[in-house]
Amino acid sequence: MHTATFFVELGAVILSLGVLARLAGMVGLSPVPFYLLAGLAFGSGGLIPLVTTRDFIQTGAQIGVVLLLLVLGIEYSAQELITNLRTHASTGVIDLVLNSVPGIVAGLLLGWGPVSTLALAGVTAVSSSGIISKVISDLGRLGNRETPAVLSVLVFEDLAMAIYLPVLTGLLAQKALGTTVLSVGVALVALAVVMVLSLRFGSVLSRAIFSPNNEVLLLQVLGLTLLVAGVAEHLEISAGVGAFLVGIALSGRVAERTRPILTPLRDIFAAVFFVFFGLQTVPSSLVSSLGPAALLGLAGVASKLITGWVAARKAGVAVPGRIRAGTSLIARGEFSVVIAGLALGSGLEPRLGPLATAYVILMAVIGPIATRVADPLTRRFYRPKAVPR
Amino acid sequence: MDIEETPLPGIGLKHEFTVASGRRIGVISRQSGKRDLLIYDRVDPDACQEEVPLTDEESDALAELLGAPRIVERIARLHDQVTGLLTESVTIPPGASCSGRTIADSLVRTRTGASIVAIIRHGDMNLSPRSDFVIEDNDTVLIIGTRDSIDQAIQLLTAE
Repeated sequence: MHTATFFVELGAVILSLGVLARLAGMVGLSPVPFYLLAGLAFGSGGLIPLVTTRDFIQTGAQIGVVLLLLVLGIEYSAQELITNLRTHASTGVIDLVLNSVPGIVAGLLLGWGPVSTLALAGVTAVSSSGIISKVISDLGRLGNRETPAVLSVLVFEDLAMAIYLPVLTGLLAQKALGTTVLSVGVALVALAVVMVLSLRFGSVLSRAIFSPNNEVLLLQVLGLTLLVAGVAEHLEISAGVGAFLVGIALSGRVAERTRPILTPLRDIFAAVFFVFFGLQTVPSSLVSSLGPAALLGLAGVASKLITGWVAARKAGVAVPGRIRAGTSLIARGEFSVVIAGLALGSGLEPRLGPLATAYVILMAVIGPIATRVADPLTRRFYRPKAVPR
Repeated sequence: MDIEETPLPGIGLKHEFTVASGRRIGVISRQSGKRDLLIYDRVDPDACQEEVPLTDEESDALAELLGAPRIVERIARLHDQVTGLLTESVTIPPGASCSGRTIADSLVRTRTGASIVAIIRHGDMNLSPRSDFVIEDNDTVLIIGTRDSIDQAIQLLTAE
């Protein structure tokens, strides 16, 4: 009997996510805000609260974070990360400073503790690589001259996450200062070691793990990732960071082959992760967060516009491209939810959940729309001469 | 002509340049080996007007049509390529069946996957020979490919 209700419930959840993703695709939006709304509906106080699948969804959500960061790490090679760090560090720093300020100010105004404020700063700062790269390629802007600038901001943010997450995890655990410093140190050393190892011996690891058989490859990579994620979690540098490092270490053929076979798995568990985050938010508390979320959203739009402008100008791009870059960067998504999820798990500040949910829903919707309308809007005011045919 | 090279993290590499008429064109070389042909906007030279995805075969065909020797790029790719890509040379023995035929007719690329990147004749190097180049006895042929494909190509080129 229990199994029957479990399947019915899980099936209904996943099916409704599928329908929502289709809807999102039809209107040209990311499915992430829809998943969050679905989570709200399935949570306590929602339309159809879940009973039997909650535990499964919680575990699935943790796997979702690990897979999100693993696939992200696989996208980049250590070489790319280092080149990017060398050439775009200054815009990256501007991005992080400008975009964490609204979160810090809001945290202070709301009277939150320093750790919750730091978490909110992370939520407001990090753009969504997933949403942004999808929108850029959907709009055929991969070849645009501002695109490398946008991508390098995203890469810098992802690298910064590898340092930020251990800091936050350590602080959330409320251990002694020494322990936190130690775990951050471990994370930094691990990051450096993985970079050096994958630069020097990346091909050795990849060759050792490579198999022309998809099944073997999938099981090996997944097993290795979960193992490393577990060890990382134990060392309090967070499971996600462990998975990200595994992704970076995998290069060449292995990376190329595993990306397509891991992506469907990632999609399932990431959707479950967003639902679980929504689940934890009581819908009625969302209403009271709408005001602060809207203000934060305004600040977040402005700060990303400035970041995009600066980054694109540095690449020698003219005004329309700078505006395209700024609007592209507005979308927040998976990482804001990952950060808020970590903070929520420790139960430090109950208002963070609804605020982050409202903020991400807003920004994940505004971002892609703003990206689309940027060009038609700027063309009204800015019309340089065309090159003759 | 100034070709600008920009890395696209997570995607690949982009090359672009402005042609004499003022238009800007470019190519994205993806990590997967696929190419995208880029044509930039006439009004906003930073924006891409057209992005045409090309398969390996299509980009080879286009390159051949445009007459661009792709050798330089092939050799550059050697560096970041996973281990296993090699170059090797073989001398055509007198009486080999491929002697007197064009590169296209020798079917080296289609049958083995290896590519002929240069042919050395009487000490003269013919870099990136076109597919209608005729192979002769005692030519030294430089082949690039995986171990297996090179072995097959050598067999094909030396067969009577």
